[in-house]
Amino acid sequence: MAISKTETGVGKVRRPGKSRIGLAMVSPSVVVLLVWMAVPLAMTLYFSLIRYNLLYPGDNEFVGLENFHFFLTDAGFAAGAWNTLVLVLSVLVISVVSGVLIAVLVDTPFFGRGLVRVMLISPFFIMPTVSALVWKNLILHPVSGVLAAIWRFFGAEPIDWFTTYPMEAIIMIVAWQWIPFAVLLLMTAIQSLDQEQKDAARLDGAGPLAIFWYITLPHLARPIAVVVMIETIFLLSIFAEIFTTTGGGPGYETTNLAFLIYSQALLQFDVGMASAGGLIAVVIANIAAFILVRMIGKTLTDKA
Amino acid sequence: MMTLKQSRRLQTLLLGTLAWLVALIIFFPIFWMLLTSFKTEIDAFASPPQLFFTPTLENYAEIDQRSDYFHYAWNSVVVSFGSTFLGMLLAVSAAYSMAFFETKRTKNTLLWMLSTKMLPPVGVLVPIYLLFKDFGLLDTRLGLVIIYTLINLPIMVWMMYTYFKEIPKDILEAARLDGASAAQEIYRVLLPICKGGLASTILLSLILSWNEAFWSLNLTASSAAPLTALVASYSSPEGLFWAKLSAVSTLACAPILVFGWVSQKQLVRGLSFGAVK
Repeated sequence: MAISKTETGVGKVRRPGKSRIGLAMVSPSVVVLLVWMAVPLAMTLYFSLIRYNLLYPGDNEFVGLENFHFFLTDAGFAAGAWNTLVLVLSVLVISVVSGVLIAVLVDTPFFGRGLVRVMLISPFFIMPTVSALVWKNLILHPVSGVLAAIWRFFGAEPIDWFTTYPMEAIIMIVAWQWIPFAVLLLMTAIQSLDQEQKDAARLDGAGPLAIFWYITLPHLARPIAVVVMIETIFLLSIFAEIFTTTGGGPGYETTNLAFLIYSQALLQFDVGMASAGGLIAVVIANIAAFILVRMIGKTLTDKA
Repeated sequence: MMTLKQSRRLQTLLLGTLAWLVALIIFFPIFWMLLTSFKTEIDAFASPPQLFFTPTLENYAEIDQRSDYFHYAWNSVVVSFGSTFLGMLLAVSAAYSMAFFETKRTKNTLLWMLSTKMLPPVGVLVPIYLLFKDFGLLDTRLGLVIIYTLINLPIMVWMMYTYFKEIPKDILEAARLDGASAAQEIYRVLLPICKGGLASTILLSLILSWNEAFWSLNLTASSAAPLTALVASYSSPEGLFWAKLSAVSTLACAPILVFGWVSQKQLVRGLSFGAVK
């Protein structure tokens, strides 16, 4: 074990025990997470290599890579992978951009700022299933939804969101849930911005846009990286919002990988194929993790 | 002519109004859900939607009759607090060791932990279900506590790690000189210093556990079913009973929403993942 910087002077007295304490304290978390990863993964790996359909119990012969072949050539796979990408990227862009704008907006004091903040972050506390149901039935419904009423008020034909623009509707719901998270983090970050620096820039004749672009935005780079990291983790496995609204349809239009695997396993009872899909999703998740870590991981762990 | 002061004031007024507008739009769905929960089913489905109506409590009365709200709420409370407590035990010790006994592998371990959160839970649903069945954990609160602890652990470790990293090591050295053990170091010295970080980690874990809907729906049936399951049980006859659905959703979200509002300042201050210096 490497000798860490702390082990100078005083620490030396107990050096033999110290690294052992460190190891002993980190290991419970590592062990439970390893078990949590390894055991289900091993089982999934096993299931993915056999024929395992809940409708045909007992018929569990070894089929090699057949399940992987079927999953990868299934019409749903390409659509699922593409939809996952679209969903993750759209929500990231929407929540980060509006998060930055809103955080800047509420940075200056105004009447009732406390209440405005509370309202802005409220969606973060709502269950995903509830927000999906509320949006589906009360906001986006083509007959009695609030948006339909607004459309009619302006003389337009109300839109049946989940059949005409299903993906856009899902993105809208998910973005609504995650904008508050971006606001929450970026609001805190902006507060720590050095006011004197802004004042100095203003005295030098910099306009609000220049200040935003050259001072505020660079200051937010790191919190934005954190928002992207955390949101990606959750967005990759979006499920409840799709399950309660479109059920993946129409066709495969709103099926992401998480939902595709679910429909294989629980709607078509094909555990073998769902397991193959699960493993493929794990590989994709790891690729995403690798890319993310390459891009922003350094900013996250390197603390001066 | 406007003076500089006046134009500044006008600018503040405009920005304030805009901020209020944005906040009202974002908050609107929650407000509308609350409003709909006091409507009759006929009013709830009315087109155009009604802002003014005669409020009724009949939805809440019927929910009270049809299902035992407190049974579900109690399950949510037990599972959220249980998993948060267990998770904090593991996360604090892991973060302590990562922050103060850093090795070459620390950063990779941390990133690996986070990457475990990236796989879709559906991928391992069947194995977990079978394991739970074998160990008698299906439809038990203990089962959910275990699952939630595991899925929230990576984020909790990361958050605590970023707070611990900011603490000067000399403070711990001083405690150690006085003969404090590792456990004493943590409980007497470390945790009191990062009360804020501790609070926001606990808050986030509570919120995430309270709202988790995938595992709770798939691994519980009745005796351990939390509020997410109660909501699901009212949403099955697709969209027919919106007022009741709104009422049950309001009941399910109200505790954590109020809790979130009360602790909002704490959460805002602490939820930075080390990104704010």
